[in-house]
Amino acid sequence: MAKFEIMPEQKGSSFSSLALRHDNGLFSGFWNILKRDLLLTFRRRSDLVNPLFFLLMVVSMFPLAVSPDQSLLRDLAPGIVWVAALLSTLLAVDRLFQRDFEDGSLEQLLISPSPLYLTVMGKICAHWIVTGLPMALIAPVMGAMLFLSPEGMLAMLASLLLGTPTLSMISAIGAGLTVGIRGGGLLVALIALPLYIPVLIFGAGAVVAANDGLPYSGQLGLLAALMVLAFTLSPLAIAASLRISVDD
Amino acid sequence: MESAILCVNDLACSRNNSILFEKLCFELKPGEILLLEGPNGSGKTSLLRLLARLATPESGHILWQDQDLHSVHYEYARSLSYIGHAAAVKADLSVDENLNCLAPGYKQQKRYEALEHAGLQGLEDEICARLSAGQHRRVALARLYLEPAPLWILDEPFIALDKVSVKSLENLLRRHSQRGGITILTTHQDFNFGEIEIKRLNMTDYVPDEYSMQEIAGEVANGQDVENK
Amino acid sequence: MYEKLKRLYHQLGSPRYFYQISGKFVPLLAVFSVALLVIGVIWALLFAPADYQQGHSFRIIYIHVPSAILAQSCYMLMAAAGAVGLIWKMKLADMVAKASAPLGASFTLIALLTGSIWGKPTWGTWWIWDARLTSMLVLLFLYIGIIAMHGAIQNVKNAAKATAILALVGAVNIPIIKFSVDWWNTLHQPATFKLTEKPAMPPDMWVPLLICLLGFYVLFFLLLLMRTRCEIIDRERKSKWVRLMAIR
Repeated sequence: MAKFEIMPEQKGSSFSSLALRHDNGLFSGFWNILKRDLLLTFRRRSDLVNPLFFLLMVVSMFPLAVSPDQSLLRDLAPGIVWVAALLSTLLAVDRLFQRDFEDGSLEQLLISPSPLYLTVMGKICAHWIVTGLPMALIAPVMGAMLFLSPEGMLAMLASLLLGTPTLSMISAIGAGLTVGIRGGGLLVALIALPLYIPVLIFGAGAVVAANDGLPYSGQLGLLAALMVLAFTLSPLAIAASLRISVDD
Repeated sequence: MESAILCVNDLACSRNNSILFEKLCFELKPGEILLLEGPNGSGKTSLLRLLARLATPESGHILWQDQDLHSVHYEYARSLSYIGHAAAVKADLSVDENLNCLAPGYKQQKRYEALEHAGLQGLEDEICARLSAGQHRRVALARLYLEPAPLWILDEPFIALDKVSVKSLENLLRRHSQRGGITILTTHQDFNFGEIEIKRLNMTDYVPDEYSMQEIAGEVANGQDVENK
Repeated sequence: MYEKLKRLYHQLGSPRYFYQISGKFVPLLAVFSVALLVIGVIWALLFAPADYQQGHSFRIIYIHVPSAILAQSCYMLMAAAGAVGLIWKMKLADMVAKASAPLGASFTLIALLTGSIWGKPTWGTWWIWDARLTSMLVLLFLYIGIIAMHGAIQNVKNAAKATAILALVGAVNIPIIKFSVDWWNTLHQPATFKLTEKPAMPPDMWVPLLICLLGFYVLFFLLLLMRTRCEIIDRERKSKWVRLMAIR
């Protein structure tokens, strides 16, 4: 039998003496949501592993579909891996806001005193850590399957590390705009794919250059610049679109 | 005589491209409880969401301590606890972890105390996926024991609660009122807040007039100046 | 004077006044656009000289270039109108943004089709992946994303806000996309003669081009006005003045 203690009466308390909600510092919202989302993903391991298997499967389709010829695959490898990474990011972004929207947590995030910009950044960071980062780290494995040269594999790792955060942020814009819409998954793809194109061009371009023995630091620099631009501007767009999506 | 803390002037709300209610006004002083009444679809939940700043009104102003919400949104966010239809409880986290996410920054001791008040003693480390809907709601309400902010906005708080929990919640609301806190809620169930006086607001009083085609045709036929009315 | 301007601004912002004022302009614009287009097209097809390299197939640029320019201008207008609607909450701006999306998409499609028609006699293929056409294709994808978004959100106000955000995100990305597509193109087509670039043109070539361009612009404004008027009627159909108009 649960015990219900009635709280001691406080007669004569005035309104102004009522405690406000805690202010835990500017970045507390960021760290709290980062920890929470990482904890949630580790409780549901399939979220961690499924995107990786998807990536491996898509990459394996190409030799089956085209030809197992070594030089052909070597030339196509940068494009194949990068497009597969794009598609994998698109699939994974579905759960970024959808689950929070369905159980009401998204509303609480919007009302909370901590700035939505930082909360959104925290969510995307957590999302990247469990999707983009593993993708970048198994890039060498995929490179080996497609006969990439060692320089190519290194470039693959670097370009994916720099490019997947931008991809996550762009897809988050799409996810924020479409959360709560039926059939939103395809709409996210329509929105995000054109915006992915610069990242794809420079990312795959870096690996192609490395494959041919050419320098590729310029491409990596541009990828880094795109990442910084996305990092600063996309939380604004995402926060605004989340407010719109919840306002229904 | 204390002055009104929350003032709503001429508030209008639209949903699905038509106006749900308009010219809504009320004032709340410390210690008052406002109950929203009206049939389903009359805009009770929409009004609560407008007050929680989840939605933007079609027109009108909401004033918190005589200042527009936009200018004091940070203080307002810190003064507000909103519990909507959905309990905002994550199924993969434990009860204590959920409470920590909803009301961060409190020591575990205080959290456990709040959970005890909410009737969840002993279930602190239980994963919420294994709990019932009523227990989920109690996890959401535990926040009110932990972090009693001045303004409470509760959408159907009594749903799925058993008799004992209902009594406990009624006591909590009464205490909040006696301390000077403001509560706005909707509910279809009977309740008893003791001697606390409850203000009521009926949503049907604020439904807009619609101009039907027949009315306008009739006015035109009568030669009335319709355009500038 | 200032008071008059302020009043004009408020009047134009009101859908009802805009409807009444624009009604007077529609016939005028229709006459102008038809006149300009007829003059321009006849001059282009019959009197302008043929290009010494490409012959008569060159004449398609009199349609291709104006529609390409218009496709891009329309996107900028749509993004600007969306921004105005988002910041100043002007209903009319939202309606203009919604009305211009399909127009812009149509112009992009015309540009792509005419570019393709031009390509067949010039390069021998119906499609070529050069910088200009590829950028046009990506622009079409951006338009399609916006149109799809408009259709997916039921609540009109939220749809306007969401598509405004999407249009602004796209507007920020368009220079980046163009730059990346240009760079990608130079990697694979080191040819110095850019096939879609206009060489220096004598006056008897660029005058009809200018006339066609003006005609296209006037046509665009005409169609935009007509579509916006339809949009106004659709949105305000429950208001008194619309119902009065229907009765009379």
